[in-house]
Amino acid sequence: MQKQRYERPVIKKLETNMPNKFGTKTEYTPKTHIDGVAVKELVKEYGSPLFVISEKTIRKTYREAKKAFSTRYPKVQFGWSYKTNYLSAVCNVFHQEGSWAEVVSGFEYQKALLNGVDGKKIIFNGPDKTVDDLEMAIENDSLIHIDHLDELYTIIELAGKMNKKPKVAIRVNMDTGIYPMWDRFGFNYENGQAWDALNKIVRSEKLELVGLHTHIGTFMLSANAYSVAAYKMADLALGIQKKYNHEIKYIDMGGGFSSKNTLKGAYLPGSDTNPTFDDFAEAITSALINSDFKPDQLPLLILETGRALIDDAGFLIGSVISNKRLADGKRTTILDIGVNLLFTSFWYDHKISPAQPFTQYTEDTVLYGPLCMNIDVIRENANLPLLNKGEQVVVHSVGAYNMTQWMQFITLRPNIVMIDEKGKHHLIREKESMESINHFEKVPEHLKKFEL
Amino acid sequence: MTKIKSNVAVSESGFVFNPITGESYSVNPVAAEIFNMLKENKSFDEIEKELLEKYQVDAETLEKDFNDFISMLKQYQIIDENNEKEV
Ligand SMILES: Cc1ncc(COP(=O)(O)O)c(C=O)c1O
Repeated sequence: MQKQRYERPVIKKLETNMPNKFGTKTEYTPKTHIDGVAVKELVKEYGSPLFVISEKTIRKTYREAKKAFSTRYPKVQFGWSYKTNYLSAVCNVFHQEGSWAEVVSGFEYQKALLNGVDGKKIIFNGPDKTVDDLEMAIENDSLIHIDHLDELYTIIELAGKMNKKPKVAIRVNMDTGIYPMWDRFGFNYENGQAWDALNKIVRSEKLELVGLHTHIGTFMLSANAYSVAAYKMADLALGIQKKYNHEIKYIDMGGGFSSKNTLKGAYLPGSDTNPTFDDFAEAITSALINSDFKPDQLPLLILETGRALIDDAGFLIGSVISNKRLADGKRTTILDIGVNLLFTSFWYDHKISPAQPFTQYTEDTVLYGPLCMNIDVIRENANLPLLNKGEQVVVHSVGAYNMTQWMQFITLRPNIVMIDEKGKHHLIREKESMESINHFEKVPEHLKKFEL
Repeated sequence: MTKIKSNVAVSESGFVFNPITGESYSVNPVAAEIFNMLKENKSFDEIEKELLEKYQVDAETLEKDFNDFISMLKQYQIIDENNEKEV
């Protein structure tokens, strides 16, 4: 007789009339397959932990976002936010879908070039562009979004030296009614800094003012803030038209749309409460259309959406190392994924599913990572089915920022695979090894030997 | 010998009621089996043998989980501490 699947014995106190702060039951369907590929098979081939990216989900999400905007507005262009996930395979899916590249450093800029993006379709943001970076961007006719006056003066100087007319926009920050206000980047709208910078650009006659840029925050839960921002951007563009008879070709509204993740402390799951692409698109496009642009002179609308486009396409598979009880009786589960890999567990209560079937019995548990540190908590409270040592869990919606902000700390970074639309899996980033890490280190001659 | 209080019983659906404290609990099937075997005064060795035959589990894991389960029964005052000499 075949032995039955074991589940450790548990007893749970039934609390009546207690609100359930551990999320909804829908969380607890097992995630045995990702895009048709068995989790067990992936772990067997690539090990655990393992990041898995669904190409199908990226394309589907992108098309949803694109549709939300392009059905409301005549000219829409997305620029893939490299920092959100700059694995080349991921970037190229977005480029195949038609996204330009949005970068914030020389490194990201070069990565976009190497991926094959035409320099004219690279948007260069951020406060830290070196003189070399700027020269490269000017040479390639990229869209340079100026962050501060020092940068503005450097670009004017380079334009003279290089005898080229750089294509520029300014980053604008503003009050959109949300807190905190991101006023450390760019030039402020309300206090006239933005106008001051625009006047300098136009009067210098050395730069071509092509656009206006803003990025009002990240994981925004208010679509209305975008409406306020779009009106202010339209106001600036129309003001330039009036004052200098100069047409602003594009308004770039940046990124910041919330994904479907659930912020820590939120009572309801983000998938039920966060605004949709349609909500954000409606807010932005109606503000632009209802402003004083002539219908045939509406500027191109650029979006640099990051996390909302990639979060759902990323999964992190991990394994149970041990189940343990704390001194106060609280159940804990130690996983082989720590905050070094899952940076976003500081912000989100990630949805986590067992990767194998289970019974309806659940337990409230704390999910810890393997790092020897108190901060290594993946979920402070999860109501999960009973997991045995060696079994797998799948963490959902981890596609944004984790694969760029991860740390090589205590453990090495794991493999990343992409499952293509036909269900074939491809290794897109190899796991780190002793050699790859040691490759960067140099031990001075006198420290090479010791006796113990 | 670990002894469950005589008036505490587990229903077929895994529902446990402790008439002394008035608290209700739910247990999963493995726990219900252990619970019933404890009520029949079976020893850990006997319980272990039965479960090892029935489930895909090794003795080490089982012993660890068994002890953990007993500690929860104690915490919930389902085990009669007076009758209990050892676990
Ligand atoms: C200038 C700029 N654009 C786009 C993004 C992407 O933002 P998100 O992932 O919130 O959509 C960021 C993120 O910080 C940013 O700074």
